[in-house]
Amino acid sequence: MTVDSRVVAPFGPLLKLASLAALVLLGLILVPSFVGPYQTQLMTFGLIAAIAALGFNLLLGYTGLLSFGHSAYFGIGAYAVAFTAKFFGAYSMEFYLLVGVPAVAIVSGLFGYICVRHTKIFFGILTLAISQVIYSVALKFYWVTGGSDGLRVPRPALLFGSVSFSGPRSYEQFFTAYYYYVLAIFAVCVVLMWVIVHSPFGKALQAIRDNEVRARFLGVPIRRFRWIAFLVSGTFTGVAGILWVPLNGLTTPEQLYWTFSGEIVFTALLGGFRNFTGPLVGGLMFTYLKTYAVAWTEYWQLLLGVVLVGLVLVFPTGIVGAVSQAWRWVSRKRQT
Amino acid sequence: MAILIIQILNSLLYASVLFLIAAGLSLIFGVMRIVNLAHGSLYALGAYATAWLIGRAIGLGVPSGWLFLLLPVGAFAVAVVGMIIEPLLLRPFYRRAEEYQLLVTFGLLQILEDLMRMIWGGTPLSADTLMDALPIIKVGGLFYPAYNLVVIGIGVIAAIVLWAAIYHTKFGVMLRATSQDRRMASALGLNVGMIYVMAFAIGCFMAGLGGAIVVPTQAAVLGMGVDALVIAFVVVVIGGLGSLKGALVGAVVVSFVRTAGIQFFPELELAVLYLIAAAVLLVRPTGLYGTAS
Amino acid sequence: MGQPKAADVTVLLKTVDLRKQFGETRACDGLNFTVNKGEFLSLVGSNGAGKTTLVNLISAHLQPDSGQILLEDRDITRATVTERIKAGIARSFQLVNLFDGLSVFDNVALAVFSREGKTSKMARLADRDYEVRREVLDILGQFGMAAKTAVLAGGLAQGERKLLDVAVAYALRPRLLFLDEPTSGVSTADKAQIMDTVSSVVRGGMVTAVVIEHDMDVVFRYSDRIVMMHEGAFLADGTPDEIRANQDVASILLGAPLPS
Repeated sequence: MTVDSRVVAPFGPLLKLASLAALVLLGLILVPSFVGPYQTQLMTFGLIAAIAALGFNLLLGYTGLLSFGHSAYFGIGAYAVAFTAKFFGAYSMEFYLLVGVPAVAIVSGLFGYICVRHTKIFFGILTLAISQVIYSVALKFYWVTGGSDGLRVPRPALLFGSVSFSGPRSYEQFFTAYYYYVLAIFAVCVVLMWVIVHSPFGKALQAIRDNEVRARFLGVPIRRFRWIAFLVSGTFTGVAGILWVPLNGLTTPEQLYWTFSGEIVFTALLGGFRNFTGPLVGGLMFTYLKTYAVAWTEYWQLLLGVVLVGLVLVFPTGIVGAVSQAWRWVSRKRQT
Repeated sequence: MAILIIQILNSLLYASVLFLIAAGLSLIFGVMRIVNLAHGSLYALGAYATAWLIGRAIGLGVPSGWLFLLLPVGAFAVAVVGMIIEPLLLRPFYRRAEEYQLLVTFGLLQILEDLMRMIWGGTPLSADTLMDALPIIKVGGLFYPAYNLVVIGIGVIAAIVLWAAIYHTKFGVMLRATSQDRRMASALGLNVGMIYVMAFAIGCFMAGLGGAIVVPTQAAVLGMGVDALVIAFVVVVIGGLGSLKGALVGAVVVSFVRTAGIQFFPELELAVLYLIAAAVLLVRPTGLYGTAS
Repeated sequence: MGQPKAADVTVLLKTVDLRKQFGETRACDGLNFTVNKGEFLSLVGSNGAGKTTLVNLISAHLQPDSGQILLEDRDITRATVTERIKAGIARSFQLVNLFDGLSVFDNVALAVFSREGKTSKMARLADRDYEVRREVLDILGQFGMAAKTAVLAGGLAQGERKLLDVAVAYALRPRLLFLDEPTSGVSTADKAQIMDTVSSVVRGGMVTAVVIEHDMDVVFRYSDRIVMMHEGAFLADGTPDEIRANQDVASILLGAPLPS
């Protein structure tokens, strides 16, 4: 193998990845054609959860920072939309995004700046504390935030008002159209995040995760990069919150409470936080699991906690990790 | 003037409870180098269990004086829970990455919080009978429950007992040796496993005691565990993780600031605490007396 | 060993009366240390003599109590880690310090990206930067690791980990490379490979190397110059022949006859 042929990284694996992704995307596009509106809505929630987990995992899987307060960014995204609807009387999805994305970016940047100054334990507690403070603010200032009742958000118009929904069966139309809208944003988010973690910056983050001292001695600006990772991470999760509330129709302080942060953590762990697709799988699966589990038991936190502990004990690499391990084991067996 | 005294007494009351929680957290971290995110939930468990025990005892017609004995019983129950948790859920993770420890204790937090909801339901559980068992006394012309003074007293006694135990008993020496160098302690023949369980149990006892002594003054409610966890961390941030003296100082500081905050800025109370914690962390990342790296 | 002629010798690094104290212990007691350009210098001495402290001070791991550090007449005493790296100082660590979750390739690539100031780029793929890829493959080739680019650093054998550690420091293309015990914990067979590689890379790449070593065979075989430390001060300084001639002092300290 000459040096030159190895310098140009082989396109093979990249093409394989792209075609696999295209297949999955095709499958996702076809979903509404095969299932009813309820399932479509559920699938949409699943994609939204996947985006939230994707953002979260930039911090955990790639930078080594475990945040217990990511509900704050999701919730702020949701409330930003609710405020936009309430105070601007706006019903355009694009307008929601236009206001919401900068809002969550600013908040993530601000809190990230405070949090990344500290080590793992204190980082985790600080993130938790911040989200609890925001929760109590949302609860207390009820004349602005609607208190524990929350704020309603009407069904928005999509694509700059060109697509709107009224009349009978409009909710079905909305679910289908909104699904595609979210799917498009989901695809964009996945591609963006994929590029980020495979960029030199992404490698530097992983270096910081693996060995902070050595990274510093290679000249990597530790604190600044952690802060940027936090900002990006919070923004992605915030986008999920923005997408969530028009579908749910309502946002409450529940989305800011620590239990919700725990769910985000759980999705990343469920899918596996040491690889890229883990959180995506985790987000989707979790949405389905939760829907059926909540119908089955009211002690949802208990179940979640038990499964969380079980996962950490038995399947720390999550579903995707376990599957790829099994795959490797099978292919090794086939070789012998 | 009398109001000031009342405020001071209230702050000391809160500080007493906070000290117990924070000292337990610090002890566990100091000896075992783990941070138990479920620590606040153990405090809540102590509150619920004690309130429940008191309720049952009253139903059985137990005279009020004897009810006081239930306080340490409630704390002890939490210690027993701790002795089950440590070998089962924590020990497998000592050698693993820190994230896993945090994840496991977070899962434990979720389990405990929902267990309490399952066992005792969503309505607050109170134990004021115990508080009513003691007279209301006059402090500077105003009425003040004597029970509160008992709580302050218990806090002081706990601090003294803990300090004596750690620095003046053989077990305390073993604790300190293990906390400084686990492998060395093991090589010297100390039963590290037993020490870990005992240390964890003591930490849980203290959290549980905090919950037990506070519940007659304020009912046990869902979510008190998580709030306590966050505030306990503010205390150890200020006082330093792993330091007994720090837990005491931190508890007093946090408590007085909180009382002052509630007085002047009721909405900003939490924020002031976090601001102090942030300020201390900026200046001295390990807190005032901390041993954490 | 090719030694620079007297007229060619230029001083690359100099410390002036450098001091560092830890409580009662004087780790560095007024050291005037010079490193000449292009030489392979070994820093030897018993444990606790102050060798690692000296390197820590020069690489900005520690701040000196007093004294100066000059890199080609530029005072870098107050410079930060990043500034010293930019000025051309790099180091490897006594305990292997790698990014276990990244591949061999990525470990070295990170050093190159960092040196080129490209680590903040998040909008392009690391694998598509062909300049960097070429350089990384070159370096790995020099260190004999070209076949293992895709292996995770955590999955390498100890000797290879040490090699990679040096390669990563080298990838910063420093002018002055400090290696803290590059052969410790490595089997005898691997030691030669590591030191041969380091030596040839030093000769070929015009890098100056300062190596902390305990293995005197290694020291005498590869060094241009040997500096011996004891309790924070320099005891001897010279070529291997000169040190060998200093039998009495050296053998008392080392407690064993010197290799001839």
